[in-house]
Amino acid sequence: MADDVLRLEGITKSYNIGMPSEVEVLHGIDLELKTGEFVALIGPSGSGKSTLLNIIGLLDRPTHGRVYIEGHDTSTLNEDQITHLRGHSIGFVFQYHHLIAAFTALENVMMPMLADKIFLSEAIEHRAKDLIHRVGLDHVAHNFAMNMSGGQQQRVAIARALAMQPRLVLADEPTGNLDTQSADSVFELMREVNRESRTTFMIVTHNMELAKRCDRIIEVIDGRLHH
Amino acid sequence: MNRLLPFDWIVAIRFLREGLFQTLFIIGGIALGVGVIVFMSALLSGMQANFIKRVLTSQPHIQLITLNQVSRPLRFDAGQIEDPVIEQPTQRVTSVDQWPKIITRMRNLPEVIAVSPNVSGSALVVRGDASRAVTMTGIDPETYFKIVRLPDYIVSGEARVTSQDVLIGTELASDLGVKVGDKINLQAGTGATLTLTISAIFDLGSKGTNQRNIYVALRIAQSLLGMIGGVTNIDLSVKDIYAAETLAQEIQASNLVEADSWIKTNAQFFTAIQAQTFANTLIRLTVGLSVAFGIAAVLIVSVIQRSKNIGILRAMGTSRGQIMRVFLIQGGLLGLFGALLGMIMGGGGVIYWHANWRMANGSEMFPLVLEPRMFFITALLATVTGLLAATAPALRAAKLDPVEAING
Repeated sequence: MADDVLRLEGITKSYNIGMPSEVEVLHGIDLELKTGEFVALIGPSGSGKSTLLNIIGLLDRPTHGRVYIEGHDTSTLNEDQITHLRGHSIGFVFQYHHLIAAFTALENVMMPMLADKIFLSEAIEHRAKDLIHRVGLDHVAHNFAMNMSGGQQQRVAIARALAMQPRLVLADEPTGNLDTQSADSVFELMREVNRESRTTFMIVTHNMELAKRCDRIIEVIDGRLHH
Repeated sequence: MNRLLPFDWIVAIRFLREGLFQTLFIIGGIALGVGVIVFMSALLSGMQANFIKRVLTSQPHIQLITLNQVSRPLRFDAGQIEDPVIEQPTQRVTSVDQWPKIITRMRNLPEVIAVSPNVSGSALVVRGDASRAVTMTGIDPETYFKIVRLPDYIVSGEARVTSQDVLIGTELASDLGVKVGDKINLQAGTGATLTLTISAIFDLGSKGTNQRNIYVALRIAQSLLGMIGGVTNIDLSVKDIYAAETLAQEIQASNLVEADSWIKTNAQFFTAIQAQTFANTLIRLTVGLSVAFGIAAVLIVSVIQRSKNIGILRAMGTSRGQIMRVFLIQGGLLGLFGALLGMIMGGGGVIYWHANWRMANGSEMFPLVLEPRMFFITALLATVTGLLAATAPALRAAKLDPVEAING
């Protein structure tokens, strides 16, 4: 059990509850992710992938069922505790990288640590520089987002997702917006991080080539899982 | 990044810097508003202070006079009136009853600064063939000058009031063709006459007063008017000039005198000042509100523009409280910097106006009053306004659902 980074039990998600337009998009999902797993989450558009990812990422709450992150039952936590757990245990990489334009690459990586520790410190700067170095972006560390390529920005986003040393990184189509070469190198970067630090990755992708290079493929079809 | 600033301040300042044009425009808007408020306040309070000073140093704040004499119907017995026709009596000039006691009582009132007994009555000033009817006021200079600052209005001579001296106004002096050191003859209604030396000529700012008022020593007036040991009125100056009417009513209620405050005797002037103050407050309030709406509008737009940023910050573990503070701080900073710039503009405007606009006679239009306290309060108020204006956008930002925010 301690080996589980994530466990879902009977997750359902409905929208417009109590109204004639009520619709259930996830129908009782059970899932476990173990430490160090590298999992692809695939499925057609509208199948409920994003909803599931948001529930796993604690950005959304399930209608029924329980989400355990590192053994914590998140249904018992309040808003602040959820935010804290999300900040410390989960890293996010989005399709459109979403760097904060007002900050440089290095500063974007510092952000999660700064939000947690409030004041900037030597340790935070040091870790951010290490991460920027790790993703091979020393030369653009002080560039703003608009002065970086898509692939570079996505690498910064990965570095930022790793800042708090989360045990789980959720990536929503991280390569969906990149050319083949950049996509490949971004994927490889995540794979390397996964191998080195045993960080669990769950990657939503439409790219079957990439999915096949993952440890496990989970397919969502009509709100149900197909392993 | 600054190590001394906490996370929310760093983000707030960066957001302001990133939208630099937006930030500069709204700071310009706030500065204009604050500038107008500072300029108007300084101008109006300076002018008002000037008016009030002129009015209230040339007359008592409260004047106590004898009650009017009234006639009562003649009665036979209880309930039986012999003659129902009552004629109003003529008002003889009489002394305030038990005035030394009233003076002692007035001096003991904490609201009263100075008390001065006077005798006032009509007299004729004669010099050669010219004669003028005047109101002669007998004063005790030591106490009277604390209430009416005659020495401040002397245009020639010195404000000396011994039993040989008389102070006259500029108009009367020119009517009689006299100057300081000349002698004039005074004739009272009682028939008594006396020759006095002009020790000073004053200008109280009003032609009528300068023509019709003369000042002599208290004892001289008492003897000329046949009121040895009596006084016709007691003048007071008080600490809070705007409370003069209330105090006058209290004094009247507890003493056998009629008490008239400057507010009552200058009702029109007082109403004008009140109207001006009201208009000023209304303008300040309106400008303040439009500044607040400006800040709120800019921040609401900023929240919409940055909703993706907010979503990402929330996803990476930033709390609702931190997001809220990011926008509150922006509001506060906009208010503060707008106010600082506005104070420079408004203050500069007042200084320029003061230096370049003069009264017809070349004297300054109003005293230049730029109190540090007013600047401090303005800065504080603008910051608080900024914070309040930012509340709605900040709440909106804090309540954003991260999923919706990220997906736009």
